[in-house]
Amino acid sequence: MSAEQTDNLTETSGRRRSRGNATYWLGLLLVGVIVLAGLISFVWTPYALSDMVGGRLEAPSLQHWAGTDRLGRDLFTQLMIGARIALIVGCGAVVIGAAIGVTTGLLAAFATRFLDDALAAVFDILIAFPTLLIAMLVVAAREEASLGTAILALGIGLSPIVGRITRILTKQVLGQDYITAARVSGTSWGAIVFWHILPNIAPFLGVNLALQFGLAVMAEASLSYLGLGAPPPNASWGRMLQEAQGTVYTAPWGAILPGLALFALVIGINLLADGLRDRFDPTKGAA
Amino acid sequence: MLRYMARRLLILLLSLFVAAIVLFVLLRLLPGDPANALVGVGATPEQIAAAQAQIGSDQPLAVQFVTYLGDLARFDLGKSFVSRAPVIEEISRRLSVTLPLTLAAFLLSMLIAIPLGILAAVKSERWYGLLLSVVSQVGIAVPVFWLGVLLVYVFALNLRLLPSGGFPLRGYGDPARAVTSMVLPVLTIALIMSASLMRYVRAATLEVLGSDFLRTARALGESRTGALMRHGLRNAAVPVISVLGIELSTTFLGAVVVEQVFSLPGMGSMLLLGIQQRDYPNIQGVLIISTLLVLLTGFLADLLQRVLDPRLRKEARR
Repeated sequence: MSAEQTDNLTETSGRRRSRGNATYWLGLLLVGVIVLAGLISFVWTPYALSDMVGGRLEAPSLQHWAGTDRLGRDLFTQLMIGARIALIVGCGAVVIGAAIGVTTGLLAAFATRFLDDALAAVFDILIAFPTLLIAMLVVAAREEASLGTAILALGIGLSPIVGRITRILTKQVLGQDYITAARVSGTSWGAIVFWHILPNIAPFLGVNLALQFGLAVMAEASLSYLGLGAPPPNASWGRMLQEAQGTVYTAPWGAILPGLALFALVIGINLLADGLRDRFDPTKGAA
Repeated sequence: MLRYMARRLLILLLSLFVAAIVLFVLLRLLPGDPANALVGVGATPEQIAAAQAQIGSDQPLAVQFVTYLGDLARFDLGKSFVSRAPVIEEISRRLSVTLPLTLAAFLLSMLIAIPLGILAAVKSERWYGLLLSVVSQVGIAVPVFWLGVLLVYVFALNLRLLPSGGFPLRGYGDPARAVTSMVLPVLTIALIMSASLMRYVRAATLEVLGSDFLRTARALGESRTGALMRHGLRNAAVPVISVLGIELSTTFLGAVVVEQVFSLPGMGSMLLLGIQQRDYPNIQGVLIISTLLVLLTGFLADLLQRVLDPRLRKEARR
């Protein structure tokens, strides 16, 4: 490779890195604003969630920053509570998905060949089904819709994806020499999982869990849009959109704003995850 | 190739079996007896017991499981709790909406994503190549129901070009209305799908563009475009096809949201209605048929990959 080509390569990778940094900060900004809105909603919202404080379907104004819905309730308040719900459901679903997925993934990686193959097949089949569909089934099987049911349903829906990734990552680590060395020196399997496997797969798994968070938030909105999400008094962006759909001609902002908020959160998470991957994975930056 | 097909078919049947088990577990072991759904709220214990006997939910789980597998093997999906009509009839009526919707959206998304994805890769250093990859990245985060509602707002309510939703009662007996009511749903799915598809096409093309065989072809005097056309695209197609298979199945299954936006009477709305009415035979039927279609899609995608890439065939023979 000539010197000129080498220069060229480092230059593009340098440019790429700065672009990666910019998108990382943009992602952080988008997610940060929404997290902040969700946190503030615990102590302050412009109005009470279910109070009919304005006229019906008012356009955004100084009194009502995002306008009002068809019952005269403040939409900005609903958007803030919606941010809170989206974050709670996203975090809860990722924790449940990780708990089930990491456990079964580790189990598959350590298991005998037959059990491993069986678990891998189950992961593959479940992955072919969108998270939303599995979540719909879990909601169907539970007696009533609630915030807890939505979180559980989405967590179960995410778990096969996490399980599959954990299995693959763990198998890679298990093939390393230092695992053999640890075994030979008498370390128990439990200690190996905690001291060698989990720390090694954590960065990749973490980035993937961030992406799963975006998926969960999107699926929660879809569940709520379909009427299977958390019931009122929880304001969900998905249900706001569904309620505003009937009046979209006279009051388009009611449908545009919750979708925009959802879009901003999901793209923010994706950008953040991409940025984190570049930071955690040194080989990626050089390529 | 024939031996591979036979083996792959066996895997398909095994996967279907595993999927049937997973479905059984999900629907039976979670709380709530389906018999309660059959008789409704406020039923006497005797009525519930009679309903349990009728659908067999009073039997031990093992017996239920064997009956369930036996019914499946005879393609008997049972009767709806609500309408008492055979589930399979309802499904075939609903498939006549969902299948054309999914396939049309799939074709349109390929028409959009493949040329643009290749363009984004070939011109990755130009501003429009970059713009295309940004657009596809942004497109992935767009909620499908939001796009649907926005399209309705623009094309149905403001420009009044197309219906905002619904499907003619006479179905395809009213061809003009049936087709126009499909335009916006198809567009909604196709746009969302092409965003993620474009990313894969771009990545696969970039990989091929950096390959040794393409450099050799160029060294032998072929132009960049010529080399890509003659040697590159077939190679880039192999990984894209498996993605296409997955995209087709997720679109089919994900149609539930779009069908709801446009009030189309498809498989997705049948599932949603089944869930709302706790109509377990309908839920189970939709999921079994969907699983079958998903697995068949994967099977076809695998075969197509082998046809395109002789290296995969050799590997299988070994």
